[in-house]
Amino acid sequence: MALRFEVLGRFNRARAARLTLPHHVCQTPLFMPVGTQGTIKGLTTSQLEDIGCQIILGNTYHLALRPTSELIDDLGGLHKFMNWPRALLTDSGGFQMVSLLHLADITEEGVTFQSPVDGKPMLLTPEESIQIQNRIGADIIMALDDVVKTTITGPRIEEAMYRTLRWIDRCIAAHKRPNEQNLFGIVQGGLDPVLRDICVRGLVDRNLPGYAIGGLAGGEDKDSFWRVVAQCTAALPEDKPRYVMGVGYPLDIVVCSALGADMYDCVYPTRTARFGTALVPEGVLKLKHKAMAEDTRPIDPTCACMVCKKYTRAYIHSLVTKDAMGSQLLSYHNLYYMLQLSRNLHFSIIEGRFPEFVCDFLQKMFPEGDVPEWVCNAMEVAGINISPCCALLSSSRQYFSSQGEKEFEAEKLSCQGEKEVEDEKLSSQGEIEFEAEKLSSQGEKEVEDEKLSSQGEIEFEAEKLSSQGEIEFGAEKLSSQGEKEF
Amino acid sequence: MTKTAFGFPLKHSHIKTKLAASLGGGAETTTTITSMKFSVKTWSNGKARTGLLQLGNCPSPIETPSLLLSTRKGLPLFISPDLLPSLPLPDSYLLQFSPLHFLEGLSTKTIAAIGGLHQMLGLHDYVYAAVLRDPIQCLPECDASNKFGASFETPCGRVLVKPADYMDMIASMKPNIWASLADEVPAWVSSKRNRTSVDRTVKWLDECIALGSAKAAGGALFGAIVGGSNIEERKRCAQEAAIRNVSGYWIGGFGLGESMDERPALLNAVTVSFKLTRVLFKNTDYFECFIFKAKGEWLFYCVRLEIHAACWMNRVVTVVCIVGSEVMIEVRDAGCQDSLQEEKPRLVCGLELPEEVLQGVAAGIDLFDSSKDATPIVQNCVCYTCQNHTKAYINHLLNVHEMLAQTLLEIHNTHHFLGFFRSIREAIKEGRFDLFRQMFVQHRREQLAAVAVCA
Repeated sequence: MALRFEVLGRFNRARAARLTLPHHVCQTPLFMPVGTQGTIKGLTTSQLEDIGCQIILGNTYHLALRPTSELIDDLGGLHKFMNWPRALLTDSGGFQMVSLLHLADITEEGVTFQSPVDGKPMLLTPEESIQIQNRIGADIIMALDDVVKTTITGPRIEEAMYRTLRWIDRCIAAHKRPNEQNLFGIVQGGLDPVLRDICVRGLVDRNLPGYAIGGLAGGEDKDSFWRVVAQCTAALPEDKPRYVMGVGYPLDIVVCSALGADMYDCVYPTRTARFGTALVPEGVLKLKHKAMAEDTRPIDPTCACMVCKKYTRAYIHSLVTKDAMGSQLLSYHNLYYMLQLSRNLHFSIIEGRFPEFVCDFLQKMFPEGDVPEWVCNAMEVAGINISPCCALLSSSRQYFSSQGEKEFEAEKLSCQGEKEVEDEKLSSQGEIEFEAEKLSSQGEKEVEDEKLSSQGEIEFEAEKLSSQGEIEFGAEKLSSQGEKEF
Repeated sequence: MTKTAFGFPLKHSHIKTKLAASLGGGAETTTTITSMKFSVKTWSNGKARTGLLQLGNCPSPIETPSLLLSTRKGLPLFISPDLLPSLPLPDSYLLQFSPLHFLEGLSTKTIAAIGGLHQMLGLHDYVYAAVLRDPIQCLPECDASNKFGASFETPCGRVLVKPADYMDMIASMKPNIWASLADEVPAWVSSKRNRTSVDRTVKWLDECIALGSAKAAGGALFGAIVGGSNIEERKRCAQEAAIRNVSGYWIGGFGLGESMDERPALLNAVTVSFKLTRVLFKNTDYFECFIFKAKGEWLFYCVRLEIHAACWMNRVVTVVCIVGSEVMIEVRDAGCQDSLQEEKPRLVCGLELPEEVLQGVAAGIDLFDSSKDATPIVQNCVCYTCQNHTKAYINHLLNVHEMLAQTLLEIHNTHHFLGFFRSIREAIKEGRFDLFRQMFVQHRREQLAAVAVCA
């Protein structure tokens, strides 16, 4: 074990801790930006230090393809390679194989997939995943798990859960640097409380340095999502960090932290930045919107980041989706927002004002008091009284149930690519648009479809503006000259 | 017979001229320019020179020859404002932008409401120079330009910019320096079209001057000079600009198809012409001038009647040629080797390779826009990129098409190119510019040959 986890403060299930890793002493709850290929898109490592980033996540699958784990090892590990003095976490590579490669086949031995380089069948075993991650050298490494979509039901879920437990022993046995790197196990079991319970118990018996809750943020409904998180955090040991993989939106992070989770990662803040969306306390601000062209206020007047101190919405509007600088500045702001949220969670718990912070957060995001039902339910379990900001609870219930049919539409879209169901609402000032959060209880989907083509990475984002029934597709292509959008 | 301050007898024909427009204008500029000051400090090997450019908002003077960093909407393509100070200062204070960048998305009204470019970008110490042409995204489209305005291909499609439109942009963006509207043509157009481009550019310069004061645009106006590959047209345009109330010169029409070999003659024609002032013998309102031949040379003296006589003492005016009713004269301070007109900075557009920059410096150019030189990462480099990252990492970022590669490379290349300008200045100050230039070109040739062999 190469970490120390000290809980500094609690509020019911929520906790604020000091997580000491080989390369950095972190404060939890914490958000980890995703630096897939050894870089957070468009930001330098010194900028990430400036905005208070503590841990960067690297994707084993991408790094193993290019520049290869052997090269990273030769150059002294990923920290040195990307010149990042603070902590790193690498995933197992399994998730990308399943999500990116349609021909991946999972057997007891490992994940068989077609090499994107030469098309030959290749096998990633638990041993190999750990070996690669040992070479990359991150502070936290993840066990190879058998990933299944949460929307799948039936015996496959059970098989995947038991296989994940069998593979954890192979991962532990293969781990060559336990004194420098922390191997986290991943709780699987779909949305089935019985399977989740078996998996948590099995992993806790192995006494790992930390635990992740996997298989979420894949399109399941929000009520199931928080219930799985609540169940797992209740069963995991108090003195070990808990990481909810692939989460998420600011609201999700607040809810999960209230339920006792500590760590999060998501591509959302940087990806949505590249499509011209800024995270603000009211939800999101779409800088592409025509109204922004004449708006001389900062993105978020309450934000202390470099972008908000320097630039107007009008200037950012002229950059977004046209110039690389638009992505760079919005990514900077969005990550600052997420890291500031992490800091606020940490200090509000330590200073004993966590419920006030949560209420304040919800009030800004739902000024009309229409806090989604799943949030209310989760907060009840977390023992946080949010009644001051749920004044219109009954009417909001009505509002949501009346839109039930949208759930079905969103479900249909989710299997093809990344979808966001949005509810566009203009506030009294007419400039703020509220996104997914409002509709999240009815089936907000974000599924990633990433493909590696010979020219580079192509990302698709589809946005559905449910209020107008209009679908926008954006595709991003990274060419050799930089980032272009079309 | 009367005598002048120089003791020369004034016995020749009395000529009253319209010199006020040229020389009086020169004196006027120093007061009307909001806060730009420029002075030449040293010369080396003829025309190459170093100078100091001072601007009110910029914390320290900038030495020339110097590079203007190209920007997109006021920021370098990939270097965000918090990383900008990692570039060497004060060398990197000069930024160039095209007002056309803002056609996509921002109205001049909004920019004016924000308070101009410095305010909008939060870069209060930096110097912004506005030039419509941007070598990558806003290219002049001479076939679509007409007598009303200049046409450009932009990301928003083809745009015709009239002097009034342009001055609206300048008045709202408030750059420190702005070039007048030019009708730029490539080297291959007919001589008639080339002549038209000079006529229009001169006409638009007058309109920009008039509109600029009407709209209280402020900033230092750099008179645009075109003329393609024709030496006579180049001279004509330069002389027309020189007799007007401008604070500096913007030399356009380069990098548009002319050959590298013909460029030195064209550049010299322009810079020589700044010292030449065309004098009309008609309109004899302001000055009494005297031309006579002494020691085989035509000399030209003039005395401003009444109060302005003093400012003419000590200035030697050399007649260069007389064509019909026009006399070409060179004006020079008697006690100083600087000539009056040489105190205006010259900015050139379209010279991008290091060899081309050296051609410009040799012809007496002070300011250069952007560079296309993608030099490989060098050893012992002190830039942010080289101090923090390895070639292997940047190579990886390029391989996987990550945006950070562009950021790190732009920082490095800009750093390197600013260093190149520093070496030029040092060579001029030490009086060895020609040697420096020869060595550099030779070295580059060897380097490029070696690369070609490897390829």
